Amino acid sequence: MAVPATPPSRKVGGRIPAGLLVPAGIGLAFLVLPLAGLLIRAPWSTMAERLAKPGVLTALRLSLQTASIATIVCVLLGVPLAWLLARVDFPGRKLVRALVTVPLVLPPVVGGVALLLAFGRKGLVGSWLDSTFGFTLPFTTTGVVVAEAFVAMPFLVIAVEGALRGADTRYEEAAATLGARRWTAFRRVTLPLVAPGIAAGAVLCWARALGEFGATITFAGNYPGRTQTMPLAVYLALETDFQDSIVLSLILLTVSVGILVSLRDKWLTAP
Amino acid sequence: MTKALLDSHIVVDRGAFRLDLDLTIRAGEVVALLGPNGAGKTTALRALAGLLPVTDGHITLDGQRIDDPHERIFLSPEKRPIGVVFQDYLLFPHLTAEENVAFGPRCRGATRPDAHQTAAQWLRRVDLTDLAHYKPRRLSGGQAQRVALARALAVDPILLLLDEPLAALDARTRLNTRADLHRHLAEHLGATLLVTHDPLDALVLADRLVIIENGHTVQEGDAATITAQPRTDYVARLVGLNLYRGHGTGHTVTLDNTFVFTVADAVDGDVFVAFSPTAVALHTRQPDGSPRNSWPATVTGIQRHGDNLRIQLAGPINVAADITPAAATQLRLAPGEPVWAAIKATETRAYPA
Repeated sequence: MAVPATPPSRKVGGRIPAGLLVPAGIGLAFLVLPLAGLLIRAPWSTMAERLAKPGVLTALRLSLQTASIATIVCVLLGVPLAWLLARVDFPGRKLVRALVTVPLVLPPVVGGVALLLAFGRKGLVGSWLDSTFGFTLPFTTTGVVVAEAFVAMPFLVIAVEGALRGADTRYEEAAATLGARRWTAFRRVTLPLVAPGIAAGAVLCWARALGEFGATITFAGNYPGRTQTMPLAVYLALETDFQDSIVLSLILLTVSVGILVSLRDKWLTAP
Repeated sequence: MTKALLDSHIVVDRGAFRLDLDLTIRAGEVVALLGPNGAGKTTALRALAGLLPVTDGHITLDGQRIDDPHERIFLSPEKRPIGVVFQDYLLFPHLTAEENVAFGPRCRGATRPDAHQTAAQWLRRVDLTDLAHYKPRRLSGGQAQRVALARALAVDPILLLLDEPLAALDARTRLNTRADLHRHLAEHLGATLLVTHDPLDALVLADRLVIIENGHTVQEGDAATITAQPRTDYVARLVGLNLYRGHGTGHTVTLDNTFVFTVADAVDGDVFVAFSPTAVALHTRQPDGSPRNSWPATVTGIQRHGDNLRIQLAGPINVAADITPAAATQLRLAPGEPVWAAIKATETRAYPA
């Protein structure tokens, strides 16, 4: 019996044009080379003792703590905000949406200055907080959380609003016909339906908060153990011990890649 | 006659489209709202459910005004004693079948144990006790439909609304589910409105049919009347009849284009003439003898229709004729071919327009 011949493999579409292939290759190299540099030039032989330096773990712990608290704050405030933008047709909705996205495009340092003007000891709200409660935000760990939440919240709001708009509102109508008031429908139907979107938004928000530099250093300063998060520690190490800054950067890279891997199904799969 | 449980005049004006519908339903009565796509069926259902306010008219349910723009009354959907079975059921995907059914009683103030007891009872009534802990994605179409029905009935609604309850099912499941649904609707003591575009669902499930086209009622009545005496082309197509409108004098009916029918019924004034496609006989030559109505026609289309062929004919009147494939072969029927069509007067029905 004759072995069936495998048909010659053929591709539709012809050769890839060099005008696209060359810039694509350069673009890829541009993105990958710095990361490769980080891995190649890392002081692997002294890695263990550098990681064990007291400042490193403190900065890492502070970073993880503040980013997590900032994310919780963002979820608690951002999800209702996203719901309002997605479900309630109120005058000025477009303006509100634009305002929400401002921190996304604002240079973080400017965000930090703006936070100082609002929550600083002499700021709009800050002076009142200080005189009423004796409570000051700038240059405290809470200030780090505020700076991170300010910068990261738009990511959550946009992700959750997208999820809410994508969710079938007829489920909420079905809940209404069953006697559910809007709050009940939100809690028992909408929220579970958009939970994956909220989770995705929260991770994105957390990653942004973890990497926050500009607003943090402006609003909260750079005090080891109190406001010095990982990115600030990297920056400081650049001026004292370059090898240390590589190690700190590697830690942040590892955390970021970890996030990316955990979300690969959500964002990395092309449609 | 018992008093109407639902008494409504539903007007929804959306500029290009206007729904204007009088709808009353008595206790225990099942009314089917039948019409082509875009006729306003779903709009009417949404207005009754409170998902859409009426722009004019009123909705009164069990003596209580629940929507009346002139009196500034609008009862929001969660406060209306109405249950809805949605077209694709909209079972909450994150809740089990039982939790779905318990959702309504829970929202309407039942304690958690009571709500679950009610849900369990309803699942037993629709024979789904075994699947109570399944999530909707594990249910078949027919099972999901029954859960949706149980969920709507579990709130003990005065008015039950069903939006195309069988449209999402395959033909076989449909048959069984329709029979089950018929039984449950018969047991429902309140009023029931069934929205559908399927005449069979309407004929089997409903006590009375209301047919709407372009937002207006075109015909209303029980199944027998509507199938025997359609009043619009849409209804005639639904029930599978040829329908013409003309002016009757004695046993002749003259259509607007001067075509004359001889009919068995004695009529006077504006009338409809209806007859079945199976009653139309086709001949290669002009027939002589008993059939009193005959006319030359041209074949414009041939489709399968059950075991027969449905022949579309153009001529002085457009008509559909059902003949056997054997007869079609004998007549050498093909699109564009000339043919003589004939119908006996005794096969026609004429009734006042």
